[in-house]
Amino acid sequence: MVHSIDPTLHLKMYEQMITIRSFEERAIELFEHNLIRGNIHPCIGQEAVSVGVCSPLRREDYMVNTHRGHGNCIAKGADLKRMMAELLGKSTGYCKGKGGSMHIADFEGGNLGANGIVGAGLPIAVGAGISIQIRGTDQVVACFFGDGAVNQGTFHESLNMAAIWKLPVIFVCENNQYALSTPIREAISVSRISDRALAYGIPGMTIDGNDVIEVYKQMKEAVERARTGKGPTLLDCVTYRFFGHFTGDPGRGITYRSREEMEEWMGRCPIKRFREYLFREKILTEETEKGILAKVKTSIEEAVQFAMESPFPLPEEATQDLFY
Amino acid sequence: MNLRELTNTEAMAEALREEMIRDPSVFIIGEDLVAHGGIFGQFIGLPQAFPGRVIDTPISETAIVGAGLGAALTGMRPFVDLHFADFTTCAMDEIVNQVAKIRYMFGGQAKIPLVIWAPDGAGLSAAAHHSQSLEAWFIHTPGLKVVSPCFPYDVKGLIKASIRSDDPIIFFMHKKIFSSKGPVPAEEYLIPLGKAEIKRKGKDVTLIAYSIMVLHALEAAKELEKEGIDVEVLDLRTLWPMDWESIAESVTKTHRVLIAHEACVTCGFGAEISARIQEELFDELDAPILRVGAYRVPIPFSPPLERFVIPGKESLIKSIYKILGKEMN
Repeated sequence: MVHSIDPTLHLKMYEQMITIRSFEERAIELFEHNLIRGNIHPCIGQEAVSVGVCSPLRREDYMVNTHRGHGNCIAKGADLKRMMAELLGKSTGYCKGKGGSMHIADFEGGNLGANGIVGAGLPIAVGAGISIQIRGTDQVVACFFGDGAVNQGTFHESLNMAAIWKLPVIFVCENNQYALSTPIREAISVSRISDRALAYGIPGMTIDGNDVIEVYKQMKEAVERARTGKGPTLLDCVTYRFFGHFTGDPGRGITYRSREEMEEWMGRCPIKRFREYLFREKILTEETEKGILAKVKTSIEEAVQFAMESPFPLPEEATQDLFY
Repeated sequence: MNLRELTNTEAMAEALREEMIRDPSVFIIGEDLVAHGGIFGQFIGLPQAFPGRVIDTPISETAIVGAGLGAALTGMRPFVDLHFADFTTCAMDEIVNQVAKIRYMFGGQAKIPLVIWAPDGAGLSAAAHHSQSLEAWFIHTPGLKVVSPCFPYDVKGLIKASIRSDDPIIFFMHKKIFSSKGPVPAEEYLIPLGKAEIKRKGKDVTLIAYSIMVLHALEAAKELEKEGIDVEVLDLRTLWPMDWESIAESVTKTHRVLIAHEACVTCGFGAEISARIQEELFDELDAPILRVGAYRVPIPFSPPLERFVIPGKESLIKSIYKILGKEMN
C-alpha cells in the first residue's frame, strides 16, 4: 500500500504541504501588520486535500477554486511570488492587483480561478468539462468547493449535468464542517455529503481529508475514471480549518466551535500525520527534512520580498483589462 | 450585392451556420434546441449539420450560463440560448458576478468569447414572466456588451460580430420581430459592435430607438412626413458600447431629441442617453429631451392592458408634437 506512491512524490507532497502552511502563516503575519488589506481565508489544516487532489493532476488539467484557495493554487503549481504579490495588491500579482487573495487565477497552469460566490465554481467546471469533451482531449477538471456550497442550487444543476454527459469533472468537497459558522450536521438531511452522489448515479465517497495518501488514492482513481470517459466523481474530504472563516473571525471561530473540538482536530493535523508516516516508512530523514524546511523558508521569504518590492498598480490601470 | 429577403430567424440561423463552419470552437448550448429547433425554431437544421455542437440541456439556466463561461475560458466560443430574457434572472450570479467580471478580476488573463442570446419584449400576451425588456440591467453592469438589433441585415452581421468578440455579449432580440423580413446580402459581411445606423434621414427631430421601437419609429416618421415633420430615426443596434458619435452628429443637426425603448422609462437606457446629451450638447438643444417607454408595471396579460402599458407609434407621434411645440391635428 505504502509503496504504491513513489517516494519522490511523497517528498514532493510533503514539501507542498509545508509550503502551503508556511505561505499562509506568513500571509497572516503580513495581514496583521496591515500589509495585506481586506481579509484572508486561511486553509491551514486542510493542506492534505489540496495536495492529495492536485498531485494526480497534470499541468494542462483544470482546477476551479474557492475563496479559501491559496493551498489549491500552490498545489496546482502557482508561483509563490506572483501569489504573494497579488495578496499585497501589487501590479506583479497574478491578477495585477485586481483580484486579491480571494480571486487568484493562473490560466497557464490550468487554474481557472478562485470564486467569491459560494458554489459558483461548479457550473464553470461543467463548462470546462464540455469544452474538453468537444475538443476531444483527455484533460480533467478538479472542482473544489466547500461544504457550504452543497446547498446551493449550482451543486444540483452541475452534478446532474456532469453526470448525464459523463463529463471529466471531479467534484471535490473540502468539507471543513462549517459553512462560515453553520455546522454541516445542521445543514444537510443525510449523514454524509457523498450520499448525494446516489441521486446523480455517480460514485461518491466520504474520506479522511486529513490523510493525504487517502485523498491522493481516491483522487487518482477518480481522475482515471474521468480521463477514460467514465464520468464524474463526488469526493467528500472531511477536514477542519484551524483558523476561523477568515482573519477577522474572533478566536479562530471559537464563537461557533468548542475548544475541545478545535483541539481534537488540531491533534489530527494532516502535516503532522504525514510526517510521522514518512518517518515510520523511512522515506523522510531528519537530514532530508531540514533541507525541505530550508528550501521552503527561502522560497516564502523570496516571495515576500518580491511582493514587498513590487510596485502598486497605477490608479489608471483600474480601467484596463475589460471592455470599458 | 446579391440580396435576398430573409426573416430575422433565418438571418440568425445563417449567421450561426456560417460561424460554425468557419470556427470549430463555436457551439450552441441551451434548452430545447435539438428536437425542437429552439423555442422559436431559430436553430432548425443546425443540430443535424453540426452533430455534437448543438447541446440540449436540462432546465438549469444557472448551470447553462456557468457552463458557457467555463467553456469560454477553456478555448471555446459558446453561444448560449436562454429561451427568454426573463430567464436571465435565474442566472444573474453567473452573468453579473462571473461572466462580466472574470476577465477583469483575473487581471486580463482570460478572454470571454461568450454570447448569451435571449428573446425579449412584450406584445404577445405572454404575461409578466415572458415579456420583459431588461437591457438596462446589463448595460449597467461593467464588463458586458449589449446588442439589440431590429432588422435581418443587422441581426446577421451582429450575431457574427458577437461570436467573434472576445468580450461577453448579451444579445437581445424582440420576440415580435422574429418573422419580419428584410434584405440580406448573400456575401459574407460583419457589422461592427457599437455602430448605430440612421434608418431614416430627417432634419426636425432625432428619434433614437432600438429593437422593435425602430419599426414603430419608422411608422411614426412616415405619418409625420404627411404633416411636414421630418424625423430622423437613429437605430442604435448595439446599446453598449454606445455609438455616441452618431448620436451627437444627429442631435447637432436636429437640436431636438426623442428616445424610445419598450423597457419602462424609469432608469431605462433612455435616461443614460438623455443625461449624456444634456451634459455634452446642452447648447445644441432647442427643446427638452423626451423619453418614451413602458409604464413601470409588470407586463400584464390581457391585450388591452398590455397595449396600454407598452409604447407604440402613437406615443411617439404625441411626444414629437410636444417636442416641436405643435398641436396635434
